[in-house]
Parts: sequence; structure tokens; C-alpha cells
Amino acid sequence: MANEPVDVLIIGAGASGAAMAWSLADTRMHILCMEQGDWMNPSEYPSTGMDWESRFSSEFSISPNERKRETDYPINEKDSAIGVANFNGVGGGTILYAGHFPRFHPSDFRAKSLDDVGDDWPINYEQLEPFYNVNDRMMGVSGLSGDPAYPAKQTVMPPLPMGYSGEIMGRAFNKLGWHWWPSDVAIATTDYDGRARCINLGACSSGCAQGAKASTDVTYWPHAIRAGVELKTRCRVREITVNDDGMASGVIYYDENGDEQFQPAEVVVMACNGIGTPRILLNSTSTSFPDGLANSSGLVGKNLMFHPYANIQGVLPEETDGYRGPTLSLWSKEFYETDASRGFVRGFTLEMHRGNRVVRTALNGVMSGRIPWGEGHHDAYRRLHNHILGMSAICEDLPEEHNRVTLDPDLTDSNGIPAPKIDYTLSENSQRMLDFAVERGTELLETCGASEILVQSPIPFGGWHLLGTARMGSDPSRSVVNEWGRSHDVKNLFIIDGSIFVTSAGVNPTQTIQSLALYIADQMKQRLANLFD
Amino acid sequence: MNTITTDNPISSEQTSILACLASILIPASDKYDIPGADDETIMSDIISAAREHAESFKTGLDAFDAYAQSEFDTDFVSLDHDDRMAIVEHFQDNAPHFIHALVSVTVSVYYQDTRVMKSLGLEARPPFPEGYELPQGDWSMLDPVKERGEIWRKAD
Repeated sequence: MANEPVDVLIIGAGASGAAMAWSLADTRMHILCMEQGDWMNPSEYPSTGMDWESRFSSEFSISPNERKRETDYPINEKDSAIGVANFNGVGGGTILYAGHFPRFHPSDFRAKSLDDVGDDWPINYEQLEPFYNVNDRMMGVSGLSGDPAYPAKQTVMPPLPMGYSGEIMGRAFNKLGWHWWPSDVAIATTDYDGRARCINLGACSSGCAQGAKASTDVTYWPHAIRAGVELKTRCRVREITVNDDGMASGVIYYDENGDEQFQPAEVVVMACNGIGTPRILLNSTSTSFPDGLANSSGLVGKNLMFHPYANIQGVLPEETDGYRGPTLSLWSKEFYETDASRGFVRGFTLEMHRGNRVVRTALNGVMSGRIPWGEGHHDAYRRLHNHILGMSAICEDLPEEHNRVTLDPDLTDSNGIPAPKIDYTLSENSQRMLDFAVERGTELLETCGASEILVQSPIPFGGWHLLGTARMGSDPSRSVVNEWGRSHDVKNLFIIDGSIFVTSAGVNPTQTIQSLALYIADQMKQRLANLFD
Repeated sequence: MNTITTDNPISSEQTSILACLASILIPASDKYDIPGADDETIMSDIISAAREHAESFKTGLDAFDAYAQSEFDTDFVSLDHDDRMAIVEHFQDNAPHFIHALVSVTVSVYYQDTRVMKSLGLEARPPFPEGYELPQGDWSMLDPVKERGEIWRKAD
């Protein structure tokens, strides 16, 4: 039986798709969201079982190539310096993210004007600020107001506990005179909107069994569905179709039985993030769009940005939080803004890690040689257990066209849809920034009293943030979507995920991805009478 | 070692090599009163965990025996500790992916064993539903940061 046409079809039920669906629901339009994955069952998350740490590296791995769920698609990343992390299911990447939830800074929207790199965004902090505030409430953000590294903003709930680790690191920050502050996190520290407060499970990145972490399956989606939005799982979209007028007419997808279906739609919204979105656009070829849909600029898939990460850890004489509590709870913006004397432009955030999990301590210790095989294993393990403190440096990645997503000529998913192929190299600027960040992280840990420093730079599997591959801008020759998310080429096609980022900033992007989706939804609602003009 | 079950994904010879490697990696300790990774219960769980990578484990374990035969003219489990360790070091250099898989499976199972967790002072339970307590801390520690004032860069 043929599917009935819908007014708005959103592809992807993750961070941005959920926010868009909720915001558009008050228009009373017929809104359908298609998701290739399943609803998650929190009672099956790893932290509910004794073997919880083992499951981090199997069905809850951040890498789709290791996870290999039926609902995943493979990614060819052999020519990428950084491996991709994602999740396919209702909630998308928010199922496995840490919930670290910084906003962009005002300067992040003006990298070209301020530092002559990248491009300026066609919008600014002030335009996005009201949507950051809405998103804070919908996701339930905890933190502490008054951070001098940001314009004034209010938080919804109190910050996560400082813990033993936070106190150690706070003392060191103060000794060095560096900025630090409790992080904004999308983790409920009080009971909030039907969610129970955080109880420090320490397993945020394998799904929150408590429901305290704001994955969109427990935040936006219940509200959107109650407001009438329809969500269909196990629908894997192959391509967007176009009519004779060059407008999107719907999508061809495979249902849960693997049968090909067509879903007609008046408006198509892409919400598959920086790899999934260009994959579908590049696979949507036609006589009118031989190089892929919305690709007259040739920029679909180009300018991929990840955020190169350095991980710096130290071994302390004092006990740290170890396996307890959400991993990320403090940040430092001391090195966020450009300082030419450092040898690179733009900057990074230092994100404190409370410590290591029990098995992770053993695995890292053995593989790094700090814990020997045989004699001495147990003494060495006990020296590290609950005595590790560390941080990540999340470095701003700048757009470069050679870093890109294309379609692999051979590799496909289980439905025969071409898999994405990633080509990505670290820039000299990124490498210098990473090196500087490692030096500063080492300095901080030594100030904490660390006796040994362990560095991983860049983190090879740390491609959590998938950005820039369908950038926004006012010039159709230099961008894929306009300043309110509509394709320059196809006037009923919108993109609302990390693909449209112009630059990456030096922060986790989910807060800005969702606020952008809310901003674009608001722009659409203001223009409903002439949306396609 | 009597951990051979009817659905064992690896042979009895491979199981013996695996137990031997597990005990080299994590031996029993009288000091901490804990078993080694070749403990029967732990080995049973290691074998279950290895099921997901059965083919690479079979290949990897067979390679240990083949190398022992070529270098020492006997099987791996018959060697003394120093010769076994020499072979481990050879494979650490020449088969790092298998060694990583072996270490990963072994330590994952070992450090989730109830006896081992208790010896570390941990409660032998999953994190959920009880969770853990952490001190809230004293946010007046931020006073020097506040006194320094705004540090964000104006853009427009």
C-alpha cells in the first residue's frame, strides 16, 4: 500500500531531528520522522549488568564498524587520521554522548573576521541565544551561572558534584591562575521533566539507565509524539527524489523487512549529521542533479571537521573519583581564544576527566606497559586504580575541502546503499594546537602532583563530532544551505544537523546543533506562507 | 584446566594455551588473596567472551604453538615461564592486534569477577540502580576565577 504524503518528512531521530520535530509540532502539520535504528530500552543498557565495561567495546561501541548492529552502516575510514563515532537509533548520537553541553562562544561565529581563517557564519551568537535558552530547558542543562568565559546565561539545575577529582584539579587551576568552571552538562542533577536525577553511574557513554542524561528519546521525543508527530523506526533512506520542477518529492527507503518503499513529502528535512546527510545527498542523483542533490556548489561532503582531541592523564598519590560519576564535569577556557604567540590560530577547551573505569585502568595500564604481565601485575594495578586524573583537549578544527565524505565505490550497507568513505588529515594548525594542549595539560597535571603523564594525541577513535559537510552561508557558490537552513538549489529541502556548521569551534557541538535546528524551525514557521519563494 | 564445555568455540589445545597466557598475564596472588586469570570460573567467562572473536582467537592461539614448535621444538604449554614470556614478547611485537584482543578479553573478565572486585574494595554489583555518592565540593574555590572577570572575546 502506498504511503500517504506528509507535510514535513524529517530523516533522522537524533539530536537535531528531535528538536525540529518538537518545534514544528505546534504548526499542526503532518510531520513524520524516519529513523533507521530502533527505540532503545534503558533497562538493557550496560550499567544494569556486572559485565557492563565489556559491553562498551561490543554492541555499545562508539564505532559503527565495531558495533555492527543491523541498524548501522559501515564507514570506510582507512584514509582518515581519526575514526568515526556515531549511533543509529532514536536519540542518535545522544544515546552514547557524554552529555557535555557547552555553547559556542560569540567569537566562534566570526573566525574569518577575527582571525582570518575559515569563514564567518551567516548568523551570530545573539541570534542563536534565545534558542540556546529553549534547548537548555528542553534538554535539562545543569551547571553554574556566572562563567566569565561566556556572556551571561542561566542554567536550569545545579552543577554536577565537584568530587575528589574536581577539588584536586580546582586547586591546581587556581595555583596556575587559569580559568576553570563547572561544565554545562545535559544531565539532570535534580528530578526533571519525568527524568530521575543523576546518581553517578559513571556509564554515560554507553547509555544512561537512570534516564538522567538528556538523550532525545527521553527529552524531545516524548513531547513531540504527544503533540502529534509520527516517528517510524527501521526506515533506512536511500535517496531523496525530485520532481520535474526540481523540488524534492519524497524519499525512497527500505522498511524493516528490507522492502523498497516511497514516502512522498512536501518538505524534506535532513537530520543525519555530518556523514549520514552528505551520504544521502550524494546518493540522490538525477538528470537535474547529476552530482548529488543540493550540490551545485560542489561542497556536499567537503570541509569535514571532527575536532582533534588530545587525552592527557596523570597518576596521583591521592584518590580520585575513578569510575564514579559523569566523566566530564569541569572545563577550562584559558586557551580558547587566539593568541598568536602560541604558534596557531583559534584554540581549545580543556575538559577534565574524573578518572578511569576499573577495566579501562587495567587495559590502558597493560597496553601502555605501566602494568606488567605476571609478577608485579597486582601491585602495579593497585597503584593506578582510582588514582588517575586527566583531561581532554578539544581543539577547533578548521574547514579544508580535501577533508571530505564521498561514496565508497564498493562498500555498502545491508540494503546495498553505498557506504561513506572518509578522507581526513590533520592540519599543521591542528597539530601545533594539539602539541601546545599536551604541554599545558601536562603542566596542569604536574601541578596536581601527578608523577607520571600518559598522552594520546590525537585520540585515533575520537571522531565524535561530524561537522561542516553541507555548510551554511549566503553565497550559493560557497555554501549548500542559506542562513536559515534551506538548500540553495532545492527550495523544499532543509538541512539542520552538524553538516551545516561553517566552523567547528573548540567545544562539543550538540547544544549548537539543536539550537540551530530550533532556530531553523522558527524561521520556517515565520515563513510558512512563502516558504519556497 | 577443566573448562571445556560442549559449546566451547575453541579446541582443548587452544583452551590450554589460552589458560596458560591468562595466568602469565594475571597470576594468582597470595598477597591479595585473589585467583589468577586461569581460575576455572574466570576462564569459562573468558572463553565465552572470546566467542565473538573465535576465528581470530583460534588463529592467534595456534600461532603460539607453531612458534613454540619452530623455536623450541615443543608445544607452548610445555615450556618454562621464561621461554613462554619470550614468545609473548615476540607476539607483542609481531601480532599486536591479537595481543590487544587477548588482553582486552582477559582483563575485562578478570576485573569484573566478584572476588577481584571485593579485593579492590569495590562493591560487587553493577552501577545501576544504586549508583555512587560523590562530594558536592565547595564552589567558593571559584572566587579567584570570578575576581579575574570576563575573559570572553567580543565578536560583533
